[in-house]
Amino acid sequence: MSTLSSKVQEVFDEPACGKNQAKGEKERKKGCTKQLQPGAAAGGCAFDGAKIALQPITDVAHLVHGPIACEGNSWDNRGAKSSGSRLYRTGFTTDINELDVVYGGEKRLFRSVKEIVDKYDPPAIFVYQTCVTALIGDDIEAVCKAATQKFGKPVIPVNAPGFVGNKNLGNKLAGEALLDYVIGTAEPETTTPYDINIIGEYNLAGELWQVKPLLDEMGVRILSCISGDAKYQEVAYSHRAKAAMMVCSKAMINIARKMDERYQIPFFEGSFYGISDMSDSLRNIAKLLVEKGAPADLLSRTEAIIRREETAFWQAMEPYRDRLKGVKVLLITGGVKSWSVVSALQEVGMEIVGTSVKKSTLEDKQKIKELMGEDAHMIDDMTPREMYKMLKDAQAEIMLSGGRSQFIALKAKMPWLDINQERHHAYAGYSGMVTLVQEIDKALHNPMWEQVRKPAPWDKPVGAAPSPRLAAHRALEGAPTVCPLAA
Amino acid sequence: MATVTHVKKSCAVNPLKMSAPIGAALAFMGLNNCMPTLHGSQGCTAFGLVLFVRHFKEAVPMQTTAMNEATTIMGGMDNVEQAILNIHKRAQPAIIGIASTGLTETKGDDVDGYIDLIRKRHPELEELALVYVSTPDYVGAFQDGWAKAVAKIVKELAEPGPKIAGQVNVLAGSHLTPGDIEEIREIVEAFGLKPIILPDLSGSMDGHVPDNFSPTTLGGTTLTELRITGASEFTLAIGEHMRDAAQVLQDKCGVPFEVLETLTGLDGCDRLMSLLAEKSGRPAPNKYRRQRSQLVDAMLDAHFYIGGKKIAIGAEPDLLWGIGNLFAGMGAELAAVVTTTQSPLLEKLPAQEVLIGDLEDLEDRSQGCDLLITHSHGRQMAERLDLPFLRMGIPMFDRLGAAHQVTLGYRGTRDLIFEVANMFMAEAHEPGPDDWRQPASEGAACGSCESVAAH
Repeated sequence: MSTLSSKVQEVFDEPACGKNQAKGEKERKKGCTKQLQPGAAAGGCAFDGAKIALQPITDVAHLVHGPIACEGNSWDNRGAKSSGSRLYRTGFTTDINELDVVYGGEKRLFRSVKEIVDKYDPPAIFVYQTCVTALIGDDIEAVCKAATQKFGKPVIPVNAPGFVGNKNLGNKLAGEALLDYVIGTAEPETTTPYDINIIGEYNLAGELWQVKPLLDEMGVRILSCISGDAKYQEVAYSHRAKAAMMVCSKAMINIARKMDERYQIPFFEGSFYGISDMSDSLRNIAKLLVEKGAPADLLSRTEAIIRREETAFWQAMEPYRDRLKGVKVLLITGGVKSWSVVSALQEVGMEIVGTSVKKSTLEDKQKIKELMGEDAHMIDDMTPREMYKMLKDAQAEIMLSGGRSQFIALKAKMPWLDINQERHHAYAGYSGMVTLVQEIDKALHNPMWEQVRKPAPWDKPVGAAPSPRLAAHRALEGAPTVCPLAA
Repeated sequence: MATVTHVKKSCAVNPLKMSAPIGAALAFMGLNNCMPTLHGSQGCTAFGLVLFVRHFKEAVPMQTTAMNEATTIMGGMDNVEQAILNIHKRAQPAIIGIASTGLTETKGDDVDGYIDLIRKRHPELEELALVYVSTPDYVGAFQDGWAKAVAKIVKELAEPGPKIAGQVNVLAGSHLTPGDIEEIREIVEAFGLKPIILPDLSGSMDGHVPDNFSPTTLGGTTLTELRITGASEFTLAIGEHMRDAAQVLQDKCGVPFEVLETLTGLDGCDRLMSLLAEKSGRPAPNKYRRQRSQLVDAMLDAHFYIGGKKIAIGAEPDLLWGIGNLFAGMGAELAAVVTTTQSPLLEKLPAQEVLIGDLEDLEDRSQGCDLLITHSHGRQMAERLDLPFLRMGIPMFDRLGAAHQVTLGYRGTRDLIFEVANMFMAEAHEPGPDDWRQPASEGAACGSCESVAAH
């Protein structure tokens, strides 16, 4: 555990993180996560975060060393898509029993690795530590080292047991595993001046593929995406990229920063959500590559693509502008998505009445302030009851959030859209933003709302004339009669 | 009679099993105004929560004691205390149901002891019911956690009392959907009896749209009902894994019980009808006489399609028992059977072999089967083996209506038989001119294949 706790300290002490650097020595030691409140917490654990970050690597076996809960309750539940291998969607776990807890689970882990090698022969195996096996002292680093030697293929320990912290910490510990054991262990067949890494993009619902055609058109090659639709080899030779884009806010900042230090791969932080963010990202990719020696015409070609795509986007938006102008949106989600989606929705005229910043960094919050003004309604820790009230009182007309809070909106008979990792629609790039706007429009204007908000025949109707959208809802349910839409 | 085999391998691949603590948590969800809470790291709760949300398509109340590295080693007393106080303050439930996890069991937290101390320290919690159940993740499966929770609920909350005429306890196993429970309630009430169903997911997880937001469960067995289960005339335990809870209730309050292993299939339903008729002193209502006749007719119509078919089933023991016997009883062969945990039912199953294993084991044995029945995680193997796939059990995250699937009672059994027979009909092979041609002798056939390939 001493190596793990020093790793955690190291991850907490992130020089590229402004928030961390602004803290005093003592504060920094405490790490970047708020102490969880028993009885009032709801997020995923570090193991969850590590799995989210690495599971998109498609051709490796992801083996969870622990009791059945960690994998049995959660496998194959994320929407990262693959263009090739499906092995990443296979659930592997040591499913330890009582005897393993008493005698130690290392032998079972080693035998499990052997069984996977025999049956599935993947290019590598990632072994995830969990709370129970960490507590009983199973040394997964040692087992992985022995297994790597014995089977002649990389067996990589991912030491992020759930109880060390939250998902974000798990993301970073997963990044450390890649830095320690994977990145720089192979060489690509060829390199070009146009090779980039995309770090922190998980290809949820295939979003990477919404962006890749444009990069292809620019002549930019994604040498490695960490970790969406990645193959093990691609991650292993990612150190030969010329530049990198860090997508998921701070989740994998340690990878980006350390690859810059070790391999001189400059990076920028960007997002594929929203039109201006998307355009900026393409520009920055081109700029960094040119700075690293790519021919300068990349810049003008990129600008031409941006112009074409933006024009096409605004044309596609025309039918929606009037329909969505001023629509009040409540956005409940984690770090990166808050500000990048905020800017995207504002671009089409919607009004963000509140956004959660529970998982956001100081910089994220700063960005939201820039976007929404000083009086931005940032919600640190909104209870479900408060969300429900906000929707029921129509302070917001639609909620965008993750699946877990979906039913808070639906039970208030208000539209909801999934923007989390289980979502089925891809929202990246220019085409993704069109999809997002279409989905919001579809959700808001479904004629179903009027039907479900009608009282049952045995409840006394107020006798209001049918009116569109919320007006009907409010009148029929006896809510305050001032309609913010009419104002 | 089946041979029960515990699969000998180190690595579970594509788990069929889920953990006991979330089984306990779901049982707590069948209590009204309750907050199920896992004593473990926050991830234990988060995974369970996501799983139930995706299955029921409902907001799911579930909390955590949010253990971390340090509190685990120092012991979780403070966390349990704070969790109880916080939940009491924020959600004001009538009941907090706490289940332990692998983490806190490995440490050896004495939560029963903690609760005694907390009770002494906080007299303001007097009205709050606290039920703690020990469910280490590394022992047993989902249905074991459920069974332990129900037994503990009864042990803690049932009170002996003068018998209330016509009141019946129904202990509902984890294999029953809210729709199933609703069906049982209707049947019992049709005999003029008053059922107390425990746990009652039909009240809390049935997909209703309440008028107000509640942070705890809304609907389900109430605390008052739980207390008077001890005054019921008798108990019906639905599913073998409800036997312990029924026994506890009998020992504590003297309520006699009857275990009905399954209510899926003609025999199970007939037994229920006879029992209810006997206990209520009333004949079976006409409605059920008609339904029985419809089920018999469905069996007659469907046996053509189900007879001789090979079925692969992956399910927890009590669900497996019901559907396995139903289809074996219609002439199908249970060709591949995998379950999650030990049960006295397993060796009585009409199959050659029952494995306690995972979906990899089921996939290995399902080649050549005509139908796969398991929970949604069977989707990958169904695709690989190109098998018709009936989703049953938890989780069912890639279809709607999991809560309303009814597969028991005469009517539910009838519909299940039709559904499966229709799946077989849809797969029926269209005859072709060469279907009955005798293959030429081995050598000649190979020769002709080669000559075709050469052209």
